[in-house]
Amino acid sequence: MTTIDATTAPGRPGGTDTTPVLQARGLVKTYGRVVGLDGVDLELHRGEVLAIIGDNGAGKSTLIKCLTGAEIPDQGEILLDGKPVHFKRPQDARTAGIETVYQTLAVAPSLDVAANLFLGREVRRKGPLGSVLRITDRAGMRERARQELRELGISTLQDVTVPVENLSGGQRQAVAVARAAAFGSKVVVLDEPTAALGVRESGQVLELVRTLRDRGVPVIIISHNMPHVFDIADRIHVQRLGRRAATITPKSHTMTEAVAIMTGAAEA
Amino acid sequence: MSTSTLPASASAHDPAAEFLDRRTPLERARGVLHRYPALSPAIVLVISVVVFGFLNDRFWAPGNLSLITQQVAVVGTLAVAQTLVILTAGIDLSVGATMVLASMVMAQVTTTAGASPVVALLLGLVVGLAAGGLNGLLVTRLKLPPFIATLGTLNVYLAITLLYSHGATVRGGDMPAAMTWTGTTFPVLGVRVSTGVVLMLAAYVLVAFVLSRTAWGTHVYAVGDDRDAARLSGISVNRVLLSVYLAAGAILALAAWLQIGRANAASPNVGVDMNLDSITAVVIGGTSLFGGRGTVWGTLLGALIVGVFRNGLSLAGLDVLYQTLAVGVLVIVAVSLDQWIRKVRK
Repeated sequence: MTTIDATTAPGRPGGTDTTPVLQARGLVKTYGRVVGLDGVDLELHRGEVLAIIGDNGAGKSTLIKCLTGAEIPDQGEILLDGKPVHFKRPQDARTAGIETVYQTLAVAPSLDVAANLFLGREVRRKGPLGSVLRITDRAGMRERARQELRELGISTLQDVTVPVENLSGGQRQAVAVARAAAFGSKVVVLDEPTAALGVRESGQVLELVRTLRDRGVPVIIISHNMPHVFDIADRIHVQRLGRRAATITPKSHTMTEAVAIMTGAAEA
Repeated sequence: MSTSTLPASASAHDPAAEFLDRRTPLERARGVLHRYPALSPAIVLVISVVVFGFLNDRFWAPGNLSLITQQVAVVGTLAVAQTLVILTAGIDLSVGATMVLASMVMAQVTTTAGASPVVALLLGLVVGLAAGGLNGLLVTRLKLPPFIATLGTLNVYLAITLLYSHGATVRGGDMPAAMTWTGTTFPVLGVRVSTGVVLMLAAYVLVAFVLSRTAWGTHVYAVGDDRDAARLSGISVNRVLLSVYLAAGAILALAAWLQIGRANAASPNVGVDMNLDSITAVVIGGTSLFGGRGTVWGTLLGALIVGVFRNGLSLAGLDVLYQTLAVGVLVIVAVSLDQWIRKVRK
């Protein structure tokens, strides 16, 4: 069950260019006596990469979970294209056009690249073969997978029939990002996309993020890696003690200053 | 799942890969076996058929080959259901008991209640679906490990069978002919083929088709492969699991019909221990007990291997205990091979 109506369905632009694509106002989330979020605001604008940084326990993950339907906030509201949405489960957010790449990757190792790209969203054959016999359009899905990988410039993944378990960490990450890119019509959220990767593979993933942004899809990226954040982000949301401590840009602040705000050593 | 003939290694697409591929021949063989789980049982079956043929001339006789297929039909059908469950990283210990319960209900309603064969078969299907559905609910709602859930239902279904039947066997001659139709044979190129074997093969074709060509099949593999990944991809894991146990129950009802034809009777005491035989067939067929890897065709090969070994050793004049010994060794070798093959995964 989703609470999204036709006016906010993916693909139909709503609001004006100045309306944030995704906006959170006063989000509160508590776990018993532990306060995860203490009134967080967040805005994500069209065509930008917004990084979320913060120390452990600052509420980064909780914030992301609320935005992607994995958690339901106790208070506050979330607006997609200026219209309030209420996600009850991750599937609701996906239906609304918000795709998440989880830190755990969420790929099925023994399935091939194309099957993973379309996992849970398989396309059926046209005509009675699909509607009656429910046969999936494997050739069509493979072709679309190839096309998607090509458009994202992922040259290391040409054979979409290879099982994901035979891929390197960076290639698996590329599959996960490509899946989000293929279906994330409004927002793509990446949780620590470079945490498990080497230098070269991290570079490739960051390049993918830029490609996504250039295609007009805004990206939220959580990362502990300051050089990566300052390399890729247009704006940086600094989370501290369950609140937004500041929103800065790589131009306005240095990495040292960002860390100081993050740890409470300096005011924004 | 994949019909591609491309090599298993992703690095093979790099033009320089053939120079960089420093894997030993053994590791390459492992890569191929990993990609095609049904390959190792196919090799074992071919070798065993050739060897047993040399040991005894009568092994190759059309009559003997026909006998092997008939002996395999019931366990082979149970093993289809077992494969579905094991692909989801589960196990069903109650397949034999469910089949016996369904066969007793089918047989008794035709004799005591005078029900028509169609009604009897439909009732058998209902029993199979109910038994499978209960297993599925225990696994998805009570979150019981499948081993424990079906260990419990194994005993429950067995007790219900004995209470219902009062331990009495229903003879084939007392039932309408349609109930034992699965045991009848017809000639194909000089070999007598039983109707039951044809029905078993139909079950394999149907399940193989559904597993490889529908989204449901992909989801069955995904759930067994990585449950969290399946859930995060928007797959309703519990719904897939429940549907797998229900499908298994329906297949077990078919097995019950085959068993009545094969034995020309419905007996509450025959077939309960076939649960272990079905797991044996699945495991020898290269399906991983850890889920997400394997095919029903491998299972068919596994069931045939067990049938060929039992028949061949018997023709070679060895005591029946050696058959049991051989099957035990086969299982241990098959699972060891699977563990080794799975090391390809990083």
